[in-house]
Amino acid sequence: MSESNKLLKETVLHTSGVDVLKCMRCGKCTATCPSFDEMEYHPHQFVYMVEKGQIEKLMNSDSIYKCLSCFACLERCPRQVEPAKLIEAVRLAAVRRQGMNHMKADDIPALLDEDLPQQAITSAMRKYSK
Amino acid sequence: MKFSYFPGCTLKTKAKDLDFYARASAEALGFTLEELPEWQCCGAVYPMSHEEIAPKLSSVRALANARDLGQDLVTLCSACHNVIKQTNYEMQTSPMDRDMANRYLKLETPYSGETTVLHYLEVLRDRVGFDKIKEKVVNPLTGRKIAAYYGCLLLRPSSVMKMDDPENPSILEDFIRAIGAEPVIYGMRNECCGGYITLEDKAAAEKRSSIIMKDAESHGAETVVTACPLCMYNLRKNSGSKLPVVYFTELLAEALGVKEAR
Repeated sequence: MSESNKLLKETVLHTSGVDVLKCMRCGKCTATCPSFDEMEYHPHQFVYMVEKGQIEKLMNSDSIYKCLSCFACLERCPRQVEPAKLIEAVRLAAVRRQGMNHMKADDIPALLDEDLPQQAITSAMRKYSK
Repeated sequence: MKFSYFPGCTLKTKAKDLDFYARASAEALGFTLEELPEWQCCGAVYPMSHEEIAPKLSSVRALANARDLGQDLVTLCSACHNVIKQTNYEMQTSPMDRDMANRYLKLETPYSGETTVLHYLEVLRDRVGFDKIKEKVVNPLTGRKIAAYYGCLLLRPSSVMKMDDPENPSILEDFIRAIGAEPVIYGMRNECCGGYITLEDKAAAEKRSSIIMKDAESHGAETVVTACPLCMYNLRKNSGSKLPVVYFTELLAEALGVKEAR
């Protein structure tokens, strides 16, 4: 594991509060994930890739922007590993880097339509930028 | 009965119906929603990282204000409910986060999770009672087949939300029965509509919401009800379905005979 990945792993574990060693590899999180088809790396892969320190791979994948924060994997994990928290922590590690916001305020006007609720904009900005 | 009330940003703009029918129905049922003075946006999504304290402060402020007023805090939007309830839980259970929040806010009396947070549906079920609502219905929606859409945020994480069984909920179906209609039970009622991904990957939101609407339709639903403005948006705009989607408060107001006031 490279030094930078070692530090990133520590950061992600700290930010998420997740104990990846509790995972028993049942795959229920991935089976229940509504974004399965959109993801290159699936929730159960986040768990073992964080364990192996492959954080940069995860940070550079679009998978971190496909999580819907629906709490399905978190609710249904039989070991309370709660993979959603790991995905959030990896995404935070990515968007917290200088100039790496995934969505910018200037992107929003083009995405608006007359019915779009404010809640959607607030949620997206909270998830995709810092 | 008086409650502090947190409407949230969307209920003041794109989801005025959700708010209006809730207030009108509350009066008809004998309780009052008193809007909290100077409430601020809850942030719409609960930060899962425990080190993000600033995005939770507006919720703590609302919770502390309700406590100071001596009232339970009622929410209506699923997202506000989720954020405020989870923040309250953190204030109750995490001494470190509680300490940080209180240092930021410098409240006269520090806040440690004393307020009871209730979703409007919980007020209907636990404070008013569905039997009482049944008695007050003047225009029962007899014969109408209504599918409840829970989505994610009302139910999960169930250890914190404690509203209902997260996999086999019944609060909305019981509500539908109380207003005289027939609930339609279908598998996708507690699966995600796509939420905010509509801004990032519209095709993904279209896929999620169309699966839900097709499932409701195939089980014979004529109307879908929700408590969430973003669910409503996705189910209406991204699903490609013609099935009407309305807020549960609109049906309540209709059944109680107060809908015309709008």
